[in-house]
Amino acid sequence: MKVLTSNFTACAVKTCKTSSASFPLHFRNAELELQELDFQPEFIRNILPRIDWNALHMTANELGFPKLPESKPEGDMLNDEQTLKDLHRLLLETHVTEGKLVCENCGHEYMIKEGIANFLLPSHLAMADVL
Amino acid sequence: MEYLVRFAQSHESFRQPELQALATLAGIDIEIIYYKKYSPYCVVKLQDEAAARAFISRSILARDIFELWGSGTNYEELHADVRRRTEHRWRDYKDVSFRFTIDCFAAKRSWNEKKAIVDSFSYFGFDGPIKMKNPDEDFCVLEEYLWEVEALKKGLVSGTEVHDMPRELQRIFFGRWIADSSRELITKYDLKKRRYISTTSMDAELSLITANMALAAPGKLFYDPFVGTGGFCVAAANFGALTFGSDIDGRSFKGKEMAKGKPMGLFSNFQQYNLVSQFVDAFTSDLTNTPVHSRQFLDGIVCDPPYGVREGLKVLGSRDGPKEVLMVDGVPSYTLPGYVPPKKQYGFEAMLNDILNFAARTLVTNGRLSMWMPTANDEEVELAIPKHPNLEIVSSSIQPFSHC
Repeated sequence: MKVLTSNFTACAVKTCKTSSASFPLHFRNAELELQELDFQPEFIRNILPRIDWNALHMTANELGFPKLPESKPEGDMLNDEQTLKDLHRLLLETHVTEGKLVCENCGHEYMIKEGIANFLLPSHLAMADVL
Repeated sequence: MEYLVRFAQSHESFRQPELQALATLAGIDIEIIYYKKYSPYCVVKLQDEAAARAFISRSILARDIFELWGSGTNYEELHADVRRRTEHRWRDYKDVSFRFTIDCFAAKRSWNEKKAIVDSFSYFGFDGPIKMKNPDEDFCVLEEYLWEVEALKKGLVSGTEVHDMPRELQRIFFGRWIADSSRELITKYDLKKRRYISTTSMDAELSLITANMALAAPGKLFYDPFVGTGGFCVAAANFGALTFGSDIDGRSFKGKEMAKGKPMGLFSNFQQYNLVSQFVDAFTSDLTNTPVHSRQFLDGIVCDPPYGVREGLKVLGSRDGPKEVLMVDGVPSYTLPGYVPPKKQYGFEAMLNDILNFAARTLVTNGRLSMWMPTANDEEVELAIPKHPNLEIVSSSIQPFSHC
């Protein structure tokens, strides 16, 4: 599970949707791996405005990447190759192979195994909008 | 300027929407001037040759594009039109190497007939060498005859007469070749040569068209909520998008080999096509209880949802409502390894609603949802296209299963 994906996923429990504590989910016992990928600055520039910067800060701290700039890079900074490369490394090249994602609101834990997160809910937490 | 698009005779109702999508993607204006359901030839108006190259280069359903030099219902008309449109340009091609080919749709011409047609253009005064391989310029006469399929469909001939149908020339086009499409990708992504597929994998041609209609392109983020073996993600990735997917059944994208230490099945497809840098993630989840955050961040959603036709339609939950948490040795059973959450039957309409609502929440402005749904193959009934107040219908196309 990549850091990018963690910025776009929250607790799947319906009653958590209204709570700000259900996003982002928090990594626990995370084992990290780096995988080199082609640097695509166009993608980083496109996705950056959609990144929740506070959430990314939290995630980066939990995973031991404390160097993230205080505020989201904007304007001229998006032309700075090093800034984009650092973000590429964090968002796309860093992934969690084993560990858990925990919801701060309900405490539910989602397991990550072999890089694959499992967001399926047990019966007492799952519900459908329309039956 | 007018250009002639030569289509493959495949997935007819997808052809115009694909062209429109590719024009949108290339940021060019397109006007379709001549289009016939049963014909491979289509005339479009585009700004210039660069626009023609840019937009045809991504097409799966077109074969190539020509600069239109003229057309007519017979050769007299054709030659008059060609003279009128292009006489001032003939000297530009006086000394280049060239070739003439003749493409007859729904008919055949003998070598002598073809030679006579080519000779009838001698007024061009081209002095350059004729090269059948890699000429500088490639000119083509395209003849459109009445196709047996159309004649049958329209009741012009009976089934017994169709094989002796007299050939009826309807229109002739003359063009200068500009560029080929991406149709060769169908061979590259052929399921028969793909490492990881299943019985419900979408064929390469339709997956690539789906990605085209959703405007997959470099810099974009695409998602398939019913990813399976990842065919749509691979197609979108081919066009440069970064892609991720999920599935309620993790086994569908993991594959059996993963337990033996091999890469995830879906990932092995990205490896095979050298697209690893376009792969973001795959995770196990249910669209009805989705972990995907409710905010606009997706450029495209591509999917072929399970509707219960071939694969059971299920979501998380149990038929009798939420169950008590089962305790095993003092711990809740759902925290134990190997726990399989119960799933229940789900309705077609409910699934459609979930998809549309999800798309409305997560797509960026001008983002696209390109999805498949089954429909009754009955021409009398107008197709009910699912609607959402925040989504606009761009196009709908049908893949008929019983052929005409």
